[in-house]
Amino acid sequence: MKLKIRYFAWVRERVGVPEEDVEVPASVRTVGELAAWLATRGEEYAHAFENPKVIRAAIDRTHVRPDAALGSASEIAFFPPMTGG
Amino acid sequence: MTIPVTVRIQREPFDAAAEAKMLTRGRTDVGAVVTFTGICRGSEGSEPIAALTLEHYPGMAEAEIERHVAEATSRWPLLGVTVIHRYGRIAPGEDIVLAVTASSHREAAFAAAEFLMDFLKTRAPFWKQVEAAGAKSWVEAKAADDTAAERWNAPGRDAAE
Repeated sequence: MKLKIRYFAWVRERVGVPEEDVEVPASVRTVGELAAWLATRGEEYAHAFENPKVIRAAIDRTHVRPDAALGSASEIAFFPPMTGG
Repeated sequence: MTIPVTVRIQREPFDAAAEAKMLTRGRTDVGAVVTFTGICRGSEGSEPIAALTLEHYPGMAEAEIERHVAEATSRWPLLGVTVIHRYGRIAPGEDIVLAVTASSHREAAFAAAEFLMDFLKTRAPFWKQVEAAGAKSWVEAKAADDTAAERWNAPGRDAAE
């Protein structure tokens, strides 16, 4: 499954790119599993995803929890807790 | 009833007074307008800061704010809402965010403005980076902001969706 993955704030800085198209194995079914799989892709990723509890995610621009199914998602984003306003 | 709703994400400064005026111009049913402006402070604790840089998730930022504006208009009898959030580099003293709510009475306008700001802080995809003493660091989310946002959730309701 090919997915567009976007990163923001310090997750983006640690990974080193703002977005990428990634071929994700079919065994990866949820957002949490995707984060865990990404963490195995190299040191930068391991660093970005070292503390899964502080990583937030969105599927197609809507907030989701780690157990959310990827389903037919086209864009997944990972980012730290938000600090706007 | 359709009410005027404006949501903008922009780099440029905004004019809070002009935005508030837009919600009342040419009408006589509005009895209360609450205008909240969030401003960049010149210090964080005792540390002086040079500037803030705000990063956002284009597309999702607008969508998420629009969802909360829709929630606000379903909870309170509002007659107009404007939310503007800036991104990019913002110097101390400059405006960051604007929330304007109009209603026929003040209770709804105050409550809706506070509701919108509580959710902007915790759910709108923006991230602040502080420039101080030549170094940049990301602002950490505050537990107090989560608590402020959670008080609007009815018991048992899933805070994430």
